[in-house]
Amino acid sequence: MHTHRQAPFFFLSVYSCFIFASCVSAEEERRVRANDREYNEKFQYASNCIMTSKYNIITFLPVNLFEQFQEVANTYFLFLLILQLIPQISSLSWFTTIVPLALVLTITAVKDATDDYVMDANLTYRIYFQADLLLLSSSEPHGLCYIETAELDGETNMKVRQSVSVTSELGDQNNLSSFNGEVVCEPPNNKLDRFCGTLYWRDKKYTLTNQNMLLRGCVLRNTEACYGLVIFAGPDTKLMQNSGRTKFKRTSIDRLMNTLVLWIFGFLVCMGVILAIGNAVWEREVGSLFQSYLPWDPPVDNFLFNAFLSFWSYVIILNTVVPISLYVSVEVIRLGHSYFINWDQHMFCSQCNTAAEARTTTLNEELGQVEYIFSDKTGTLTQNIMSFNKCSINGQTFGKCTLKHRHVYSRTYLDFCFYDDTLLESVKVGDLHTQEFFRLLSLCHTVMSEEKSEGELVYKAQSPDEGALVTAARNFGFVFRSRTPGTISTTEMGRPATYTLLAILDFNNIRKRMSVIVRNAEGRIRLYCKGADTVLLERLHPCNQELTNITSDHLNEYAADGLRTLALAYRDLTEDEWEAWSESHRCADKATDCREDRLAAAYEQIEQDMMLLGATAIEDKLQEGVPETIAVLSLANIKIWVLTGDKQGEMHPLLQQLSGAAHALEADMETEFLSTACACKAVICCRVTPLQKAQVVELIKKHKKAVTLAIGDGANDVSMIKSAHIGVGISGQEGIQAVLASDYSFSQFRFLQRLLLVHGRWSYLRMCRFLCYFFYKNFAFTMVHFWFGFFCGFSAQTVYDQYFITLYNIVYTSLPVLAMGIFDQDVPDHRSLEYPKLYEPGQLNLLFNKKEFFICIAQGIYTSVVLFFVPYAVLSDASQSNGVPLADYQTFAVTTATALVIVVSVQIALDTGFWTVINHVCVWGSLGSYFTIMFALHSQSLFRIFPNQFHFVGSAQSTLLQPVVWLTIALATAICIVPVLAFRFLKLDLKPQLSDTKRKPVGRSVGGAWRGTGSVSEGRLGARGGSRRSGYAFAHQEGFGELITSGKNMRLSSMALASFASRHSSGWIDTLRRKKHTSAQHLGGVQSSTQLCLWVSSSTLKLLLCSGRLTRYTY
Amino acid sequence: MGRVKAKPGPLARRPDNSAFKQQRLPAWSPMLTANTVLPFFYFMALICMLLGVWLLLTVQSTREMKLDYTEAGTCDRCFEMRKNVSNAGEGCSCKAVFSLEKPFKGDVFFYYGLKNFHQNLRRYMDSRDDGQMVGRKTNLKNPSSYCSPFIRDQNGLPIAPCGAVANSIFNDTFTLFHHDSSGKSFKVPLLRRGITWYTDKNVKFRNPKVDNLTLAQVFQGTVKPLYWQRPVYELDQADPTNNGFINDDLIVWMREAAFPNFKKLYGVLYRADEHFTQGLPAGSYSIEINYNFPVQHFRGRKEVVLTTLTWFGGQNHFLPIAYLVTSSLILLIAVTLTVVWWKFGKNGKNMEE
Repeated sequence: MHTHRQAPFFFLSVYSCFIFASCVSAEEERRVRANDREYNEKFQYASNCIMTSKYNIITFLPVNLFEQFQEVANTYFLFLLILQLIPQISSLSWFTTIVPLALVLTITAVKDATDDYVMDANLTYRIYFQADLLLLSSSEPHGLCYIETAELDGETNMKVRQSVSVTSELGDQNNLSSFNGEVVCEPPNNKLDRFCGTLYWRDKKYTLTNQNMLLRGCVLRNTEACYGLVIFAGPDTKLMQNSGRTKFKRTSIDRLMNTLVLWIFGFLVCMGVILAIGNAVWEREVGSLFQSYLPWDPPVDNFLFNAFLSFWSYVIILNTVVPISLYVSVEVIRLGHSYFINWDQHMFCSQCNTAAEARTTTLNEELGQVEYIFSDKTGTLTQNIMSFNKCSINGQTFGKCTLKHRHVYSRTYLDFCFYDDTLLESVKVGDLHTQEFFRLLSLCHTVMSEEKSEGELVYKAQSPDEGALVTAARNFGFVFRSRTPGTISTTEMGRPATYTLLAILDFNNIRKRMSVIVRNAEGRIRLYCKGADTVLLERLHPCNQELTNITSDHLNEYAADGLRTLALAYRDLTEDEWEAWSESHRCADKATDCREDRLAAAYEQIEQDMMLLGATAIEDKLQEGVPETIAVLSLANIKIWVLTGDKQGEMHPLLQQLSGAAHALEADMETEFLSTACACKAVICCRVTPLQKAQVVELIKKHKKAVTLAIGDGANDVSMIKSAHIGVGISGQEGIQAVLASDYSFSQFRFLQRLLLVHGRWSYLRMCRFLCYFFYKNFAFTMVHFWFGFFCGFSAQTVYDQYFITLYNIVYTSLPVLAMGIFDQDVPDHRSLEYPKLYEPGQLNLLFNKKEFFICIAQGIYTSVVLFFVPYAVLSDASQSNGVPLADYQTFAVTTATALVIVVSVQIALDTGFWTVINHVCVWGSLGSYFTIMFALHSQSLFRIFPNQFHFVGSAQSTLLQPVVWLTIALATAICIVPVLAFRFLKLDLKPQLSDTKRKPVGRSVGGAWRGTGSVSEGRLGARGGSRRSGYAFAHQEGFGELITSGKNMRLSSMALASFASRHSSGWIDTLRRKKHTSAQHLGGVQSSTQLCLWVSSSTLKLLLCSGRLTRYTY
Repeated sequence: MGRVKAKPGPLARRPDNSAFKQQRLPAWSPMLTANTVLPFFYFMALICMLLGVWLLLTVQSTREMKLDYTEAGTCDRCFEMRKNVSNAGEGCSCKAVFSLEKPFKGDVFFYYGLKNFHQNLRRYMDSRDDGQMVGRKTNLKNPSSYCSPFIRDQNGLPIAPCGAVANSIFNDTFTLFHHDSSGKSFKVPLLRRGITWYTDKNVKFRNPKVDNLTLAQVFQGTVKPLYWQRPVYELDQADPTNNGFINDDLIVWMREAAFPNFKKLYGVLYRADEHFTQGLPAGSYSIEINYNFPVQHFRGRKEVVLTTLTWFGGQNHFLPIAYLVTSSLILLIAVTLTVVWWKFGKNGKNMEE
C-alpha cells in the first residue's frame, strides 16, 4: 500500500546503532548537536536499537537453560536430582528424574527457540519514522510536512508539521551537512502532544514546539522528502515511552496451578514428615532389632538420623505428586490450541487474505474466561469508510436504506453506492435546490484534488466525511476539479465553472461549522455554510421556519439511524455587505491579541440569516458483523467497554490541557468511576490517551479481579493491549504495532466471538479437564507409595519398578490426556455460538478451582487406597497354580502398576467426551505401549546385558499369566470407577449443566438462547429512539482552510492517496448503540444494553451517565 | 508462527479445510444416559455376583493347615537357644505335631512362613548383586557395591552370594512324618525341586562357567555369607546339581516378599509314593525341624503351612468375598440411581423442556 518514495529520514542520524543504551539516570535535559557525533556520544543516549530477539545461536543454550531453571518447578527437580545422587537417600535411580527433566527442558527449549525465531522474523514490517525527529526542512514550501499519526495516538486525520523557518531554507544535503545547530530539550517522556526545546544556531535561539516534531510511528504523507534531526531514538521515543512495559502474561489457571503446586509441595512435605516419623518409630521399635540382618549404614548411628534420611528419600519418591510433566504438557496443549486458532477457516478473512494468528501460545484458556472487553473504535469496530447515505433537500428526503449493501468492504470511500434514482432525476431535471445543494457540497470544503490522469480525480480530504460529501457531489454531476488560493474550479453538469474564492471561514470545534464565500462567474457573491444542525439551524433566516421543521424531522430520523448529519445553508451577499465584512475580517486577522476571538466574532457576524438547503447523512460503516458479535458477547455476559481517542464534543481548553497522557487516574475518583461504570452494561470512554487506556484496563484488573481482553488496531492501543490479560490486534490493516504487541491477531472484529466462545471456551474446558485428570492420575500413582510405607518399615521402598516410575508420566499416561486436552469438545462449535450462556462456567471459574482440585485429589487418593489394598489383600494369600506364592515384591509391583494403568485409562476414557481417531489411538496405544514396554524391560535379553538394572526379568510374564492377578485388577478397577460413574450420572441427572443438555443436536427452542444472526437491519428501522445529531461537529477538526487561502500549500504530490484511510467519526457510537439496542429487541426478553456511560476526560473524571434512551449528548 | 504457503491468489494464506485442522474430525461423543449407565450397573453387579459365588465355591474346596512352630512342641528349647547369638554354630532339632481332620486331596504344598520379617526394606532389597548371581566372574570376585554392607568379610575376601538378602537366608529344614492309626510312621516325601519361577531358575540365577573345574574350585577365593553354615556350592548335599546360585531354596529366598508376613514354598508332596497318591490322608503328623533361623530378636514368628490349591491359588477368601461385597454395593448403587432417575430425573427433564 505504501508507495510513497522513501525519503532519507536518517540523514542526520546522530547515533550509531552499535552504541547500546546505557541508563542515563534522571536525565534532566537533552542536548543534541547536529553533525557532531563525538559530542553526542558523550551523553550515551539510547540508540535506535531495540532488541526483540532474546537469543543467538551461541547464547541460546546457556541463556535458555538459565531461564528455565529460574522456573521454580525446574529448580525443584534439579534439587531432587541432586538428592538422588546421595546414596543414603536415593530411593530411586537418578534417571527416574533426569529422563523426564531432560525431556521437559528439551521441549521447552525447542519451543522457546521457535518463538524467538518467529518473533525476530516479524520485525521489519513497514517503514514509519523510526525515531523522534526535529523537522529541519522538507521538499514542500515553507518546510511544511504532512503526517498521519494514527499509529501513535489514534487520531486519523492528517496533521501538518512545519520546520523552524531558519532551517526550512537549508534545503539540500550540502547545506544540511554543514548545519551545526544544537538542540536543548526536555528529557524523554510520554507526552505525545507536547515538546519543549530550544534550538541554538548561529548564536540565535529558536523555540521548538511539538509543531516541529516528527514522532516515531508517524507516516509521511503528501510530502516527498523531509530532513530531520534525531532527538530521541529507540526506547526514548515517545511511542516507546507510551507503549507501556512488556509484561510476561500469565493466565489465572497458571497462577492457580502455581498455588496448587505449592500446596502439593506442602502436602508432599507433610507426607514426608509423617513417613519420617513412622520411620523413626519403626527403626526404634523394629529396625534396631533387625540390625543383624540389615545393619544401619555406617554414617547412620541412630534411628533419628535414619528418619531424617528417610524424609528425603520419601521426598524423592513422592515427588511425582508435583508432576514434572505438568508444565510441559500444559504448554503442549496450549500450543495445540494455538494452532487450531491459526488454522481456523472461520477466522480467515478472504478480503485481506489474513488468517487469525495466536501470537502468544500461553494464554488460550484465559480466552474462555473473559469478562471485560476493551475495544478500540476506529478500525476495530468501524471500517473507516464514510458513505453518503441519505440527504434531505428542501424538505424532501432521498436515499433508501442501503444496509443490504453494508457489507461492502473497501479501504476507500471512492466506491459509491447511493440507491435512489429520484435524486438523480431531480438533479437532471434541474431542480434548483438540488443543484444548489450539490454545488454547496462541491464548493464548501477544504478538500484538495489531484488530477492524476485525464478524468481521474483523486481527492485528498482532511476528514473522511468531507471526502464522502465531495465525492457524492461529484457523482451527482458537480465535480470539484481543482483549486488555487483564489479560485475553485468545478464542472457542473458537464459545464466547467470557476468560482472566485473570497474567504474560507474554517471549521473549529466551537463553531462546529465551516463556510466559504465565493463569487460566481456572474459576479454574485454567496456564502455557503455547512455545519452541525444545532448551530446552523439557529442562524437561519426566520422565513425558513417551515422548512426547518421538516428538515429537523429528517435529521432526527437520520440520527436515529445512527448516521452522522450535517445541515447545509447559503446566504446571498451583496457587494457592499461583502466589502464591509471583508474589512472587519482583515482587521480581525491582523490583530495581535485575541486574534482567534476576533476572527470568530467576524465569522459569527456574516453567518447569519442563512437559507436552509437541506441536510446530509453519512454513514460511518461498522465492520461486518460487529453488532451481531457484540450482541452475542453481551449474551455471554461479557461487558464491553469502548475506549477511544476520538474527541467527543467541545474541546474544552481546560480538558485539553489536562488530558495529557501522563495523568494518572486520581485515586479518590477511581472507585466512583468504577462503581458507576460497572453498573452499566456498556461503557464508552472518549478522548482517552494510550496510557489512560492502559490505566482503565489496570483499574478493572485491580478492582474487579476479572479477566480482561483488549482489542485494537493501532499503536495507540498498544499499551492497553499489553496491560490487559489478553491483547488482540486487528491485523491486515496498515498498522502493525498493535499486532506486534498483541497475543492474538485477526482481521475482523467479528472473529472475536469465535475466538472467545469457541476457541476460548474449548481451551478452558480442555485445560480444566486436563488439569483435573492430571492431578488425579499423579495422586493415584504416588500415594500408593505412602500406603506401602506402612508395610515396608517406612524405608522408602517404591511399589513400582523404577522404569515404570520413569515412564508413567511421560509415556504410559501422557498421550491420552494430551489428546483429550487438545481435541476434546463438549458441544460442537456452532452450539457455543448459538448458546452464548455456555460461556459462563469459564467466567465463574467453575471447571477448575480449588474445590475441583480437592475433589480430584480425593479421587486420586481413594484410587491409590484401592490400588494398594486390593492387591495386598488378594496377593498376600494367593499363589500360582504351581504353588509359588504371589506375594513376592515383583509380582505385587507388576499387579499394582498394571491395575493403575488400567484404572487411569478407564478414567480418561470416561473423561474424554469426544472420541476422535486420535483419542482412540492414544488410549489404546498407551495401554499397548505399557504392556509392550513392560515385556521388553522384563525380557531376558536386557537382563543378560544389565542384570542389576533389569532384575524384574520374567515378572511380567509370570504375573500376567495368573488369572487371580486379572481378577484383582478387574476388582480394583470396578471399585475405583463405579463410584465415579455413579456420581457423574447423578450429577447429570439431577443438576445437568447447559453444556450437557446441548450436546445432542435435538433441542429446539430453549429459553434465553439467541439463535442465528438474524437480520438486524429490520429492527433498525423500527426502533427510533433519541435524536443524535451533528456528528460533523465532533468529527471535524480545524482544517486546511488557512493553508489554502494563504496559498502555502497548493501542491499535491503523487502519493498514493488511496491508502490514506482517515478514521474519524463519532456517529458510530449511536450506530452501535442503536444496533445493539435493536439486536437486543430482536432477541426479545433479553435485557437491552442501552446504558451508556460517557467518560469525557479521565483527568477530571467528569462522568456523564446517560441511561436508557439517549436524547442528546450534553456537556 | 507465520505460515508461508505457496498457494497463489487472494486465498493464499487460507488455512486448509481439513477435518483435523478445522476440528471436525468424526468423533464419538458418548453420554452418560440412564439407558446406558443403569443397565451397565446391573450387569456389573450380576457379573461380580457370579464371579464371587464361583470363587467362593472354589475356595471352599481347598484345605489349609497352618502351624506356628516358633515355640511349639519341643521347639521352645531351640527358641531359647537361638536367643543367644553365640550358639549360632550349634545345631538344634525339635519336633512339632499337628493333625489333619480331613484328608488333603490332590497336590499338597508345603510352605514355611515368616512373620514380621521385612524382606521389603529398601536397603535390604537393594543389597544383592544380580550380576554375581547370574554367574559373572567379575562380579563373583568383585561384588557390586549394592551388596553393602555384605560385600567382603573382615579379611577382604568377596562374599558369594553377597548382600543382605542372601545373608539372611531362611535355613530351617523340615521333615514331615505321617502317623497312621496303627502308630506306624511314614516319612512324607517332599519334592524340593521346581519350586521356583522358570525364569529364575533358568535365566536369573546361573552358576559361573564351570569348564572343567568343580563348583568348589570356581568359588575359590570367595567366602560364604556371614550367617551361613555351608558355602553356596554345598547347599544341597543330596543333589549336586542343585548347588551354587541355582539352588532352589536360595532362589526362593532371593525372590523377596512384598510384605513382612509371607510364606515361601518349601516343597510339594511327592505323590508317586503309594501311601500319598491321593494326597495327605487325615490323621496326625509331626514335623522334625532343624531349628536354625533365629526370629526372637526381631519378634518374628515362624510357621509351616500345608495347603491344597485350586486354579487360582490357595485358600484365599478375600477375593470371593470382595467380589460379593462389591457386587452388592454396585447393586445398591444401581437401585438408588434407578430410584433417583425415576423420581427426580424426569422432573429435571421436564423443567429443561
